[in-house]
Amino acid sequence: MPEEFEPRIIAFFCNWCTYTAADLAGVSRMKYAPTTRVVRVMCSGRIDPQFVLSAFAQGADGVLIGGCHPGDCHYIEGNYKMLRRFNLLKRMLSDMGIEKERVRLEWISASEGDRVKKVVNEMTEHIRALGPLKLPEAMAKWDVEFEEEVKEEPAHV
Amino acid sequence: MSLNPESNGKEEVRIGFFVCHCGTNIAGMIDVEEVAKYVATLPNVVVSKDYKYMCSDAGQDLIVQDIKEHRLNRIVVAACSPLLHERTFRTATMRGGINPFFCHMVNIREHGSWVHSEKASATEKAKAVARGAIGRVKFHKPLEKRKEPVEPAVMVLGGGIAGIQAALTVANSGKRVYLVERDATIGGHMAYFDKTFPTLDCAACILTPKMSEVGAHPNITLWTYSDVEQITGYVGNYKVRVKHRPRYIIEKDCVGCLDCIDHCVFKNGNTDDEFNQGLSKRKPVYIPFPQAVPKIVAIDPNACDFLAKGKCDQTCIPSCDKNAIDFTQKETFDDIKVGAIIVATGFKTFDAKRKPLYGYGKHQNVYTALEVERLVTSSGPTEGHVVLRDGRTPKSVGIVHCVGSRDHQTNRWCSRVCCMYSLKLAHLIKEHTNAEIYNFYIDMRCPGKGYEEFYERLLEEGNHFIRGRVAEVTDAAQTKDEEGKLVIRVEDTLAGFARRIPVDMVVLATGLEPREDANDVRRMFNISCSTEGFFLERHPKLAPVSTTTDGLFLAGACQGPKDIPDTVAQAGAAAAEAMALMDAGFVEMEPMTSEVDELRCSGCKTCLNMCPYSAIGRDDAKGVAVINPVLCKGCGVCVAACPSGAITQNLFEDQEIFAEIKEILAHA
Repeated sequence: MPEEFEPRIIAFFCNWCTYTAADLAGVSRMKYAPTTRVVRVMCSGRIDPQFVLSAFAQGADGVLIGGCHPGDCHYIEGNYKMLRRFNLLKRMLSDMGIEKERVRLEWISASEGDRVKKVVNEMTEHIRALGPLKLPEAMAKWDVEFEEEVKEEPAHV
Repeated sequence: MSLNPESNGKEEVRIGFFVCHCGTNIAGMIDVEEVAKYVATLPNVVVSKDYKYMCSDAGQDLIVQDIKEHRLNRIVVAACSPLLHERTFRTATMRGGINPFFCHMVNIREHGSWVHSEKASATEKAKAVARGAIGRVKFHKPLEKRKEPVEPAVMVLGGGIAGIQAALTVANSGKRVYLVERDATIGGHMAYFDKTFPTLDCAACILTPKMSEVGAHPNITLWTYSDVEQITGYVGNYKVRVKHRPRYIIEKDCVGCLDCIDHCVFKNGNTDDEFNQGLSKRKPVYIPFPQAVPKIVAIDPNACDFLAKGKCDQTCIPSCDKNAIDFTQKETFDDIKVGAIIVATGFKTFDAKRKPLYGYGKHQNVYTALEVERLVTSSGPTEGHVVLRDGRTPKSVGIVHCVGSRDHQTNRWCSRVCCMYSLKLAHLIKEHTNAEIYNFYIDMRCPGKGYEEFYERLLEEGNHFIRGRVAEVTDAAQTKDEEGKLVIRVEDTLAGFARRIPVDMVVLATGLEPREDANDVRRMFNISCSTEGFFLERHPKLAPVSTTTDGLFLAGACQGPKDIPDTVAQAGAAAAEAMALMDAGFVEMEPMTSEVDELRCSGCKTCLNMCPYSAIGRDDAKGVAVINPVLCKGCGVCVAACPSGAITQNLFEDQEIFAEIKEILAHA
């Protein structure tokens, strides 16, 4: 029996709410799964969908985005900008075959340390059930298949 | 400011990595030596060390020394949260002779050792995030903080004891203060009180001199009946628009003679008197209480026949020999510029009707504590006679503690003041009526100077204390003794059985809550709040009056329940913070602003609508977007939106973040 799969989740947390909430979870010694690697940004509105794609392409099993609650953004409305991008991104990812459980947007305010714990644990469980994404390996395989296809059928000029 | 002229961020990258044990806080759960060993193998890392306490002087000196000795030009510190010590390590980096923004922090304590319970995986996580930082820091550029002058004026929002104290402290230092109060007078909740615990000194005697001082202070502009309409700007340079609601009185002409009140067409009050908690009536033209500051009457547009119905003889107008009554008044506005803002918007008391079993609003002899405060006051509706609504003097009184506090069905927190004010009311009611007093408490919480002694005094005075949360207040009598009385049903947890205590009067010690419009206030001022709705301080211990918005400070119960001494102390602290900001004369702005690369900008205007601060304009001659660094607050929304990748945000550049993601994931 192989060792239990430990997902790797890239977590983009906004400085003012979710990052602070994660600090609070720490100060309160709440225990959660060691699966997230936090990338701090000032605002969830800074998160370029390409960051998410890049994370998956480099081997992340999941991406968690944390921002302030609607109406509470430190920069007035950056979280709404993120929400719009996220809805588009989610559709695109599902078209690409990346399960919806692998990407999650959560509004977590600075006082909700327990919510960080809950969300990370939940997401870890969901992804564990799905298994590793292994996108880099898949992409390498696709590259080989593509090369072969090109060899077999030279492009029409 | 050019910290290191020879560094342009383009020379060979030499990284120093420092991982902190934080005693056993980190080292107990993360193998820091292994992390240091691992990072030493990464490219460009010249030095990789672990140390017991990196934030100590010795730890900082280690960074300074190593920068000099090994010609380091990038520093990564893996320790606690950057929100705690980023400044410390940036300063150390600067002392070493390189630009402070070449330093980056990795959080392996709050996000690492403290939240994990398995050493191997916690260590792996620490290695991954450390590698991410090593990857990103290569791309860091030297940055400079911009200096902006500070407007030497403060706005204080809320004129309770917190706002009064803060305003006076700042004003006494010679700075201009704008005190904005929503009600017709300043004074807040403290003005309702008869005595203050534990010394029993008269609340009015200590409050009203301060109120008059505010009214007369040459440095204080007092605006009552006013609200903040809009706020823009940033630390040191806030622009505030204040709305003055019409009080239908020309404020500068009113001398406070109160003749108009006598001449109102209503011979008796027609409206619940808010100041007496609705225990008496007032007229449409009124002054909240005799010592109100400013001592100017106001006309209540809902109660006044002329304003509400358009029909009235307007007998008040000729009664004023100053011609100060003006029914044509409209809202007016003032625009002010201030360097700092102190928010002191206070609290509201718990609505006792939310605990229906306690019978408030159903049984007429159930009172809230605030109502009883008015009953024991000589300036109150009964002139200090504690009498029931039918005029009888109660012979027995039950005080129910923790109404709406420490209760999972309502508010979970302890309101901190109720035990003490209940003791105070017990003492005062006994003094006024010689009634038997029963206190129903869960725990007596009397921490404070002289508080426990006051509790002892109450015990000695022969008050009854019954430990247990009250289940119900009912008028359903079971015995002859209970007839015509209110029966308090409680489990006496010390005696170990259920009891029924018949009393004439029930006092509900209602807890403290955030104000109903606290959410609007915090959104306008961009303050975070805790789960229960009180405004959130930047750090519970080390920055208790600051908020995450620079230049915005908190005072009093808007931050959490507190008594008068704590409120006054906190207001002083908020004033000191505001004064420190102004006396510095300038503020340093974080350099995380965004810039447009003109060569890559296609002039599509996508970013223009993205910016919530209107910091982006368009240079029509060049056909490119231009960001005003003074207005830019550094959120980076425009960067993510730019389809040409023409905008970069300092410290959060695309290449920095992409490198961080890549390197984190490169660690297997």
